[in-house]
Amino acid sequence: MAADAVGAILLAGITLYAVLGGADFGGGLWDLLAGPGPRRLAPRVLIDDSITPVWEANHVWLVFDLVIFWTAFPHAFAAVMTTLALPLWLAVAGIVLRGAGFAFRKEITDVRWRRVTGITFAFSSLVTPFFMGTVIGAIATGAVPANGGHASLAAWTSATALLAGFLFVAACGYLAAVYLTGEAARRGDRRMQAYFTRRAQVAAIVAGALSLAALAALRGSNPALYDRLTGRALPFVVLAGICGLAVVTLLAAGGLTAVRGIAALGVAAVVWGWGVAQYPVLLPGTAVTLSNAGAPNDTLVAIVVLFIVAVLLIGPAFILLYSLQSRRLLGAGEPATPAGESPSPGPPD
Amino acid sequence: MTGVNDVMLLAASRVGGEVVPARAQMATTLGFHIILACLGVALPSVVLLAEFIGLRRRDETAMRLARHWSQAMGVLVAVGAVTGTVLSFEMGLLWPGLMRQYGAVLGFPFGVEGIFFFLEAIFAGIYLWGWRRLPGWAHFWSGVPIAVSGIFGAMSVIAVNSWMNQPGGFTQQGGWITSVNVWQVYFNHAALYEMPHMILAAYMVTGFTVAGVYAAGILRGRRDRYHYTGFALGFVPAAVLSPFQIFVGDTAARAIAQDQPVKFAAMEYVAHTSRQVPEWLGGVYLNGHIYAGLKIPYLDSLLAGFGPGTQVAGWDTVPPAERPPAVWLIHLCFDVMVGLGTLLLLLGLWALFEWWRRRRLPAQRVFWAAGAVSGVAAIVAMECGWVVTEVGRQPWVVYRLQATAAAATTNGGVLASLSLVIVGYAVLGAATIVILRMLARRWRRGGAAEVAVPYGPPPALADEPAGQPES
Repeated sequence: MAADAVGAILLAGITLYAVLGGADFGGGLWDLLAGPGPRRLAPRVLIDDSITPVWEANHVWLVFDLVIFWTAFPHAFAAVMTTLALPLWLAVAGIVLRGAGFAFRKEITDVRWRRVTGITFAFSSLVTPFFMGTVIGAIATGAVPANGGHASLAAWTSATALLAGFLFVAACGYLAAVYLTGEAARRGDRRMQAYFTRRAQVAAIVAGALSLAALAALRGSNPALYDRLTGRALPFVVLAGICGLAVVTLLAAGGLTAVRGIAALGVAAVVWGWGVAQYPVLLPGTAVTLSNAGAPNDTLVAIVVLFIVAVLLIGPAFILLYSLQSRRLLGAGEPATPAGESPSPGPPD
Repeated sequence: MTGVNDVMLLAASRVGGEVVPARAQMATTLGFHIILACLGVALPSVVLLAEFIGLRRRDETAMRLARHWSQAMGVLVAVGAVTGTVLSFEMGLLWPGLMRQYGAVLGFPFGVEGIFFFLEAIFAGIYLWGWRRLPGWAHFWSGVPIAVSGIFGAMSVIAVNSWMNQPGGFTQQGGWITSVNVWQVYFNHAALYEMPHMILAAYMVTGFTVAGVYAAGILRGRRDRYHYTGFALGFVPAAVLSPFQIFVGDTAARAIAQDQPVKFAAMEYVAHTSRQVPEWLGGVYLNGHIYAGLKIPYLDSLLAGFGPGTQVAGWDTVPPAERPPAVWLIHLCFDVMVGLGTLLLLLGLWALFEWWRRRRLPAQRVFWAAGAVSGVAAIVAMECGWVVTEVGRQPWVVYRLQATAAAATTNGGVLASLSLVIVGYAVLGAATIVILRMLARRWRRGGAAEVAVPYGPPPALADEPAGQPES
């Protein structure tokens, strides 16, 4: 009972990291693809403005998820961290370079060094989601043994795992492009709205194709999970598909009111589809489930209580942050600027 | 108990070929992050102090300092957030044995820390980027949750470390944790002294580091109100806390003599359990001899139990396999920490004396030279403290329950990741310092050079037509 609740909490944490933190990584993808030269300034400014005040708070979901994973399911955690050590090291390297590159770029005035830090930020924004994707792919295919003592290259380089890696990058780019379209529209920036609409549509198609390819690969690598994805988890899979199509259609029609929420819902549906298909197994191919992964009931109950406290404390704080951000009260740029001087583009509100 | 431990240690030493590089990597990444963690915990309070004075007294200088420090904090918080994440991953990547066995126990304080990490990051997003458009006091109050959650977050992380020194609050059977009392885990026996010791250390590191930056400027002749205010805002809180830190540290040492007698024996060079134990200042212990140390008769017994007859346990109370390696390192680090802490206390007393007599700060160059290095001294003292507590706990990762070797990863290649980490962190550290210095130069020029957009050259220095964003 408590184990199921904690499983749901972990899945909710992963969902929030995917739809919030994922979009911040996606911003790096579009920064990288914006190309060189000062003419490509506008998308970068929009990306920078949107990520700046929120990325650290969004990033904490990852730490939160890790903590819940090792506290509630320590045996599964140790197995994953041992077998998939290499992609996890690479993902963490991406996290360090992304964060440092992003923070440094802001403060550097020298153009060359700004490019170096900017490219570091943008490139590492691809590295982390890719390797996280291979990790999830490896778990889903049942490549993580319960008591494995050694890292395995084969575990995360299967077709399914690699496709999952590419899917994660595409999904991050998709979310970012949709969010940025909405942000540009709110600022009345028609050019950027069109710019990111095109990219959101392309990313939606790529992410959709990769989802189907990963699903097809899963049929070969883990038929049992495939059966459940097309069985009891089918409503989620269908929901994800509908959300994707709805976003593409809405973007084409220029209806932007709910498009960000629908895009996030689509990605959340993929995460929950995976979770529901795997339930109650933590590591497919092993006997490790939510309730026998090494934590006593006391610990699981404590996590549920902690999560309730967290929601009560963090929820309002997040709402405050996002509402200030959406009212553009949190200006990116040098805080020491005298009031009234707004360096950010777009009309003053 | 001892027999069982011997078997465990023997078994562990066969498995864990990677334990030494894993420890080195943990030490490198933690030793780096802990400096940023100190600044993350205490810098918001110092910035808020400056902003409070700026708002309350309409003091433009204090306000300018608050804005500048806030900008530096933006860089430091980002580097701290990512290097902290590295440690989260390393808990599993380097120490899967620890997490597998005790993750369900030590995870709870980490979960509490997660909540405060969230609050810190959320309100940092508001505070750091709200300078321009949030009105004065509203902006000030948006920073208060950062300072408060910094303290509680630090408590939670220290709860884990102190639990590793004094594990309790759980039962286990056949390798499975069967019950956990999360309050006993969080407020374990060592938490009572480790938590205040580290939080005070964070404030001292931050205060003296801030003071050191402006003392160095004053030494170079920048004797203006800006520099004296910057110095005072860092120095005063740090100096005021120093005596409390020495009291807490002294209490902690006495508690360790009871809780972890072998660690205490290594700190004080007590090879054999005895009474009338002398205190050694400095000195290198090699093969049963202490070279170049200053011996003060009876003092260790006096310090440990307030009487020369106090019996102090030596490291001979446990078999050699259960003694920490390199007792000389533990002892010298302990001495350096206590010595630097005492010097920092004296520096504060000097300033207090001068203020009491003449209502001004000391004019002597040596005071400002000492002030300029006080930040480095505080950092060195804090790092030495961590060496004492971590190396002093060896060969255990969870005191008397799990050997470090049994906790380490069974994967090879830690030497490779260690090498990359050393190179990467050297670059990261250097880049952070370079960028902070660059910010300082820009502030001295008047802070006009606005950095608005990624990749865009500042208009005056443009080597190619920058072009306004075509929106």
